[in-house]
Amino acid sequence: MSSNTSFQLALEDLTVSFDGFKAVDGLNLYIEKDELRVIIGPNGAGKTTVLDLICGKTKPTEGSVKFNNRELVGMPEHQIVRAGVGRKFQTPSIYENLTVYENLEVSFPRGRGVFGCLAFTSTPDVTERIRSVADEIYLKEHLEVEGAALSHGQKQWLEIGMLLMQEPQLIMLDEPVAGMSPAEREKTAELLGRISKGRCILIVEHDMEFVSRIAHKVTVLHLGKIIAEGSMEKIQNDPKVIEVYLGH
Amino acid sequence: MGGKSGLINLAILAALLLLVLPLSLDIFRLNLVGKYLTFAFVAMGLVLLWGKAGVLSLGQGIFFGLGGYCMAMFLKLEASDPVSTKIQSTPGIPDFMDWNQLTHLPAFWIPFRSLPFTLFAVVALPALVALVVGYAMFKRRVGGVYFAVITQALALLLSLGIDGNQGLTGGRNGITDLRTLLGWDIRTKSAQYILYFITCIFLMLLILAGQWMLSGKMGKLLDAMREREDRVRFSGYDVSAMKVFIFCLAAALSGIGGALFVLQVGFISPSLVGIVPSIEMVIFVAVGGRGSLYGAIYGALLVNTAKSLFSESFPQLWLFFMGGLFIAVVMLFPDGLAGVYDLGKRKAGSLLEKFRDRPRRPPEITPLIGSVCEQEKS
Repeated sequence: MSSNTSFQLALEDLTVSFDGFKAVDGLNLYIEKDELRVIIGPNGAGKTTVLDLICGKTKPTEGSVKFNNRELVGMPEHQIVRAGVGRKFQTPSIYENLTVYENLEVSFPRGRGVFGCLAFTSTPDVTERIRSVADEIYLKEHLEVEGAALSHGQKQWLEIGMLLMQEPQLIMLDEPVAGMSPAEREKTAELLGRISKGRCILIVEHDMEFVSRIAHKVTVLHLGKIIAEGSMEKIQNDPKVIEVYLGH
Repeated sequence: MGGKSGLINLAILAALLLLVLPLSLDIFRLNLVGKYLTFAFVAMGLVLLWGKAGVLSLGQGIFFGLGGYCMAMFLKLEASDPVSTKIQSTPGIPDFMDWNQLTHLPAFWIPFRSLPFTLFAVVALPALVALVVGYAMFKRRVGGVYFAVITQALALLLSLGIDGNQGLTGGRNGITDLRTLLGWDIRTKSAQYILYFITCIFLMLLILAGQWMLSGKMGKLLDAMREREDRVRFSGYDVSAMKVFIFCLAAALSGIGGALFVLQVGFISPSLVGIVPSIEMVIFVAVGGRGSLYGAIYGALLVNTAKSLFSESFPQLWLFFMGGLFIAVVMLFPDGLAGVYDLGKRKAGSLLEKFRDRPRRPPEITPLIGSVCEQEKS
């Protein structure tokens, strides 16, 4: 299986089974550059597992994950990150005991080795980058605030900002607007639209209204398999999708 | 943890160790303090490992022992020159080897004739052992209780191994009757003073180094790792490599402590390597505060002083007392003495603030935002 693709991310025959249960079953998924793809599906469809498989948190039983034609399966997590893959978790995973500034600083992709870390000093370009990212994620005024003191929505933004610090080419977000107010959703949609330029974004989301606002293309997952793929209108009118997901 | 309060803490510690204690204690007690301070090296390592990296090791006695044994082997070889051992059946080897019918020096002892090699080994051997153990465990994501239990088992293994090989290691008695370091008699009062001050200076230099490390990116990263290990990993860091590094660092610190122990106390034995001392060292840190390098030092001093005083009068009760102390600290002051100190400082600070604020007008609430903007402009 050495198919070269023009896609930025290509999942082929991706399968993982936990004690015989196939959480993801022969998945084929291709994402282009500049694309914002949303994966939807009922509970237990394997959406989060797909993200876990791409970022190396879970090892697939079979299949391949090619990113810029580079095989990611078998690489340790931190190498996958260094290859340009950023992952946001479902619950906001920020460092509550560090300030917003420090959260972003720790995420800056320099001094990642033991000795690089010891020798790291914050140069003006680091500060500048932190400021521009903080501006982008609406936290410019909160640089000195401790993570724990942020609102839920701000924490979600901060984690997105921590990904942006790494300048990844693929960003994966697991339910980025869960628990956000309508105003915060609005701003998040704007943010996602801005950051999808020049990279691809893969999002797992439940909120249909939000999905229809942001998605270029939607993939519907059910029991580890893709049952439909395409634009939001096409998905909403697909009888199979209506049966398993939108119907109830 | 600003640079200024760090310097104040260091000045307080320096005044205590270099002035107050030497002037107020006789050399017997001061030598005891020096001994306690060698445990403070282990405690500092545990602060980095347990308090900062979040990995509890119950086997730091291993590294203390390795450093100590390296130093003791050098000193023992110097004390076993052919002239002073001429009554043995094989002169020129350590006495316990002769008692065990050994007729030549075992090969692994030979490099310890050299002081530079010995000093190198005091740091490098514990670090190397930690590297092997740490790499094997952290790469497999072994952590938490499992790591603690495995390190504990290793401590038991090493102490039994030393115990069971009397001819090679001196067995249960350990390596005793150490006399001189390059001809300098370490048993005299003046030598004990000098060694005490050397210990203090090493300790303070290493504290400074530790503070420097924690104030930089490594400190933030360790805080981050302790809270969200996965997030750190998915920010592109090799979390296991960081843990291996800290484990090696803690081991090297313990080794230095072990070597200084041997120089001051004049012997080493497996009773300083095994399970009980390893756990005692954790208690020093818990009492002092596992988040604070200074806390660890005061913890080691305090618990050991209490141990000496208490076990002089109630030798049987000491272990129960220490167990009780551990439980009490964990339940009442999870951040140890350092936590109590910080709390006190904050309380005092807010009291002072109230006192200062009293004569002023009541604070105006509305123009707060405006005044901040003005401050920024000016």
